[in-house]
Amino acid sequence: MSADPAEAQDAAPHQDAARSRLSARVLDVDPLLDDPRTRIVVCCGAGGVGKTTTAAALGLRAAERGRKVVVLTIDPAKRLAQSMGIDSLDNVPRRVKGTEGDGELHAMMLDMKRTFDEVVEAHADRERAAAILANPFYQSLSAGFAGTQEYMAMEKLGQLRAKEEWDLIVVDTPPSRSALDFLDAPKRLGSFLDGRLIRLLTAPAKLGGRAGMAFLNVGMSMMTGTLGKLLGGQLLKDVQTFVAAMDTTFGGFRTRADATYKLLQAPGTAFLVVAAPERDALREAAYFVQRLAAEDMPLMGLVLNRVHGSGAGGLSAERALAAAENLEDARIVDQGDGKAGLRNSPDTYGSSRTPAAAASEEGSPADTERSVDRLTAGLLRLHADRMQLLSREQRTRDRFTARHPEVAVAEVPALPGDVHDLAGLRDIGDRLAAGRPEDT
Amino acid sequence: MSRLQVVSGKGGTGKTTVAAALALALATEGKRTLLVEVEGRQGIAQLFETEALPYEERKIAVAPGGGEVYALAIDPELALLDYLQMFYKLGGAGRALKKLGAIDFATTIAPGLRDVLLTGKACEAVRRKDRSGRFAYDYVVMDAPPTGRITRFLNVNDEVAGLAKIGPIHNQAQAVMRVLKSPETAVHLVTLLEEMPVQETADGIAELRAARLPVGRVIVNMVRPEVLDAADLELVRTVERSSVAQALSAAGLGGARRGGNAEKLVDPLLEQAAEYAERYALEQEQRAVLGELGLPLHELPLLAEGMDLAGLYELATELRKQGLS
Repeated sequence: MSADPAEAQDAAPHQDAARSRLSARVLDVDPLLDDPRTRIVVCCGAGGVGKTTTAAALGLRAAERGRKVVVLTIDPAKRLAQSMGIDSLDNVPRRVKGTEGDGELHAMMLDMKRTFDEVVEAHADRERAAAILANPFYQSLSAGFAGTQEYMAMEKLGQLRAKEEWDLIVVDTPPSRSALDFLDAPKRLGSFLDGRLIRLLTAPAKLGGRAGMAFLNVGMSMMTGTLGKLLGGQLLKDVQTFVAAMDTTFGGFRTRADATYKLLQAPGTAFLVVAAPERDALREAAYFVQRLAAEDMPLMGLVLNRVHGSGAGGLSAERALAAAENLEDARIVDQGDGKAGLRNSPDTYGSSRTPAAAASEEGSPADTERSVDRLTAGLLRLHADRMQLLSREQRTRDRFTARHPEVAVAEVPALPGDVHDLAGLRDIGDRLAAGRPEDT
Repeated sequence: MSRLQVVSGKGGTGKTTVAAALALALATEGKRTLLVEVEGRQGIAQLFETEALPYEERKIAVAPGGGEVYALAIDPELALLDYLQMFYKLGGAGRALKKLGAIDFATTIAPGLRDVLLTGKACEAVRRKDRSGRFAYDYVVMDAPPTGRITRFLNVNDEVAGLAKIGPIHNQAQAVMRVLKSPETAVHLVTLLEEMPVQETADGIAELRAARLPVGRVIVNMVRPEVLDAADLELVRTVERSSVAQALSAAGLGGARRGGNAEKLVDPLLEQAAEYAERYALEQEQRAVLGELGLPLHELPLLAEGMDLAGLYELATELRKQGLS
């Protein structure tokens, strides 16, 4: 930030001086959304950075540019869900009314338990499905397992994709404790349900009969004994029946998990990492960028939400604060009077100010002047806060760009309130497509 | 003052920060607190700028006036091995179980077991006494799972009783619930002055109350300072642009004439004030919603320079000032 007043005063086009340092590539979302080869867009990132809103805004934009789109959201804000008509939990996509253009927007909110139930119902005969659904172990797993939501989001994505009903699927990822969970959960759940232990639990006799596996059998009986004591025999029996039922009907969770994984790597899938210009969110984003590269998953770019700007970027925080102090000091020392000379200097409007202001206010002109001074000092302090925030955000972004110069970035300016309707989403979409905040 | 203080909140509201600040505040003046992490994120280590915490209680900070903060990252697998060791003297068999994936399985998938182990460990620390019969820790502060999962997490009894009807886990769950549902425990919820976290806080409180878990306080985190008050915001709507230009000019920011440097600042500054006003109104709305919850409400300031160790002490002082310790 410049300490030189001359330089700052010359910054007439109110562009944030700091922004010019950003050398990251600009992410252009429209070609991505328009390309018929793009079939899936996955929005991922830490919690609380506006993933759901970004996914919804992208979906709306693609639809209004002529594509038939479905948006899969995980946990939308109530009013946003209502505005899209997806606040009822029936786990199927609904057409969103009020979109413009030839395309269509459908949206749905994930019901993870229901999705799990559907998987069971689709793969088991009626009797066996009923047994699984009634199993207490299944009930707990389908509602509470730490990775179930992630796994079911991916499962639903696979289902939607298989239907071939939509040109483009935009998917929001669950608000995990770590952004990586949704990549890991399917594998983790898959390996649990398809792992050595489960096979032991379900078929100890078969394994025990094989030469060289005898020691496993010993371990096995000791272990089921211990687990039985620890958890109670009923639970262990529930687990065994559950796993047996699952195993025969599913043909292995791992296979499904692998299929999901392949889908994410397939051409036509694009990942967008969503973040806010804050240290933790960008750290998570950087982590994610590395992870996607390691998994051969195509990263299209970073959407940086809630970026602040200022129309008065040429006025530094330091000068704004100094000026605010000037106004406050003058008020105390001069009691409103001594400033007259300054006010009437040839550089200003001079006396035209006082009558104009006084006419609209009660109290003496001096009172009015004082309250305007007070307000102006406040405006300057507000601006100083803004400029400090801006430079913090800039530093954080620069650190990310230094580490990942290859990642294209689209900036979305911060809005003072939440987005609640299609107009708001459309606005976000416009800003996203612009790539960087408009200069005001 | 409850000896087990559970801190929850929607993701992104800073619950780990608040939990850490609370542990510091409670340790002030010679007390000893234990700060417990249950989600394996190593958020405490990051906050206190130390290396990753092992599954071991270790001192991580000294509070003003000579108190001490210990920290523990509970690892459910190791906690389970602990219990097995305690009840069955397993020795090497524990390792064999681990190799088979049984421990993994039991702590990750077995419903409720993980939570029993985590809350159980915290409750054990609450009840633990040293040789002289004094409590080992004056307070235990838990950085708990987020609001959406907190009731389920604490209400292990319901979870486990239906599944493990007998055995040490069942007994363990019962003992844990006695602590969690007593006045010994207080569950605090951290929120921001934004619509979604506030909504989630209200829902979370309703759930906690329905489960008869003791709700403590609502802590609003990252509250922005009030730069313009209601009178200023009123004036923003009616003020003459030219008089603001003149005030800016008087403050030394250039000419107030049309096209002058001060005059060109007026619109952007007023626009920033309008954005501020919109947010101010939204925040007031959310404050009102929180006010209706009928719980003690506290506010912690947004730290301009971001969160660091010094900031943590600042927040701890603030919590003390507001009577949370």
